Amino acid sequence: MAIDLLLLIGLTISAVGSILKRDMVKAAIALALTSVILSVLMFRFSSPLAAVFELSVCASLITVLFMSTISLTKPLTKEKEEKRMPVRAWHIVVLPTLLIVAALLLTFVKIPMDFTAPPAVPSDVRSVLWNNRQPDLLGQILVIIAGFFGVLVLFKERLFRADRAEVWTQPVRSMSVLTPKESDAVGINSVEVREGTNLGEPLSRKS
Amino acid sequence: MASLLIFVPLLGIISLNLPFGSLRRLAFPFALTLSFAQAAASLFLPIDLWNRPLPSLGSLGSLNLVVDRLGIVLLLSIAIAMFAALPVGWLTIHEESKRFSFVNLLLIAVMGMNGIVLVRDFFSLYVFLEVTAVASFVLICLDRDKQGLEGGFKYLVLSAVATALMLTAIALLLMTTGGTSFAEVAAALRFHSPNSLTRIAIACFVGGLCIKGGLVPFHGWLPDAYMSAPSGVSILLAGIVTKTTGIYTLIRLVTGVFGYSSQIKSVLLFIGALSIVIGALAALGQRDFKRMLAYSSISQMGYIILSLGTGTALGIAGAVFHLFNHAVFKSQLFINAAAVEEQTGTRDMDALGGLSARMPITGATSVIAFLSTAGIPPLAGFWSKLIIIIAVWVAGYRTYAVVAVLAGLITCAYFLSMQRRVFFGTLVEKLNSIKEANVAILIPEVVLALITIGVGVFFPRILNSFILPIHGVLG
Repeated sequence: MAIDLLLLIGLTISAVGSILKRDMVKAAIALALTSVILSVLMFRFSSPLAAVFELSVCASLITVLFMSTISLTKPLTKEKEEKRMPVRAWHIVVLPTLLIVAALLLTFVKIPMDFTAPPAVPSDVRSVLWNNRQPDLLGQILVIIAGFFGVLVLFKERLFRADRAEVWTQPVRSMSVLTPKESDAVGINSVEVREGTNLGEPLSRKS
Repeated sequence: MASLLIFVPLLGIISLNLPFGSLRRLAFPFALTLSFAQAAASLFLPIDLWNRPLPSLGSLGSLNLVVDRLGIVLLLSIAIAMFAALPVGWLTIHEESKRFSFVNLLLIAVMGMNGIVLVRDFFSLYVFLEVTAVASFVLICLDRDKQGLEGGFKYLVLSAVATALMLTAIALLLMTTGGTSFAEVAAALRFHSPNSLTRIAIACFVGGLCIKGGLVPFHGWLPDAYMSAPSGVSILLAGIVTKTTGIYTLIRLVTGVFGYSSQIKSVLLFIGALSIVIGALAALGQRDFKRMLAYSSISQMGYIILSLGTGTALGIAGAVFHLFNHAVFKSQLFINAAAVEEQTGTRDMDALGGLSARMPITGATSVIAFLSTAGIPPLAGFWSKLIIIIAVWVAGYRTYAVVAVLAGLITCAYFLSMQRRVFFGTLVEKLNSIKEANVAILIPEVVLALITIGVGVFFPRILNSFILPIHGVLG
């Protein structure tokens, strides 16, 4: 019981850390740590299958995806980082702290377990999933499709970042990729040049 | 047969997204046809046929998806809101790729809502609630502007809180009752008096649904989301999404699973009355057309919850009838707002005036929607509000009935103010050259207005075929 409580506190701390960290890599690692602690808790709560899925998908696969995405982006300068993510730690830690304190206090309160738990029916997870929970699987497919469109709508590459107001007038080589030096010169992190664009002419900001 | 409501749109999305460019052009006609088909099936297909399995689909044709009279009302409302949102969204979203994404996400949201109406299991209900929520987040953020992203983020955060509450409730119900299907949980609650854990579970689930439904005091996300979303998305959100994810689910679970304890009644009556009053008062002070309509939605949903809280057959019938009417007249009001914004470029009611001279159809249909919202006879809204007030009065909650009547006066006040500021009075000089909205917007405006008038005028017939059978949800 004490170990579970410690793990839950550790889980909360690493989850809050993943929000507060400005460095994206550290935030992704904190999130992975959260998933690892959660899978340990799941093992302790006699759910090995759920723990394995949590470990393999959330802690491993998702972290790899995050790291791959982060590696494709240029890190923000310190000034831009501070401008975008000002420290508001005391706002964010209040609620998790209150929840932890409330959970600790509840351990001293006797919650009346005045019910008779129905007998657990042993069943194979695979047959339960495929035979009994078909609507849930259908729903999962729909969520994945919705997520696909979410990524398409929210993260599709733009010609210019929305916060840039300048017109790009720098002449560049006729290649589709800017070197880091050229990116720094015009102050943008990445650019996608469409086929047929005349790179010698000033380009207007995409509305 | 009911499973077709999910499989047909799913196959449609898969087909439309195949790498043949010409198929994209079929997105809008496909979605529109689907809305007509769902409406027609809801009106004319007998319930036995809905619940017949389809052997040709194998096990996929016999999923545990059930249609009853309450479900029919919601399926019809979903179809009407879809019909209203599609042409407005298609016209007001100017980028082709965004328009295509809009149709796809709308179909996903509709599948999610159809699933919510059809399932009879708590965990499946949660899954389809999430399907609708994810599609809604992305739709709100479709324009990727600061306001839209802020509105979508607020919805995301509060929806996550609601989800956490609902999952906690499902876990507790599984622990105490041994199952997650509505029948199992209802039987367990009926034969064993609810213990403290079950009460906590019910409280958590009802709390989560109140957040989803945007009821006071959990309504923080709603005005921003409705206001900042693109016009077609606002119609969908206000017309049906919050009703299906929050209000309908509350009706289904309270009447069919949790049952009416004195605590549930008190909570529903209080939250309903609070939403009516706070929503109406907040709407009074708004300048933004859509924001005013958002607060008005909160107030009108309060009437539905107030009626549900009575626990009587008349109260439940009134709640469901007002849910349907609200889906119609609120969708229409948001279409009117979209028309005004598209033609004038603004939603600031203080910058508008005299628009009915240049936009007579939009003006006339907005008057019909406003009169129905305010409960003026002989329109549909009058009858549903009358039933609600009678149900609340007869059940003995006379103070709540008086509050509901007085709040109706505030409803009249803010809508009269809106009409005077936007459609009547002297036409603002810079708006001299504006024209009536595009026919793609006028058609749903007129159709919804006709539904509002028709349901009101033919109320006696609807009473027998529509309202009285609904009370059968009590068993």
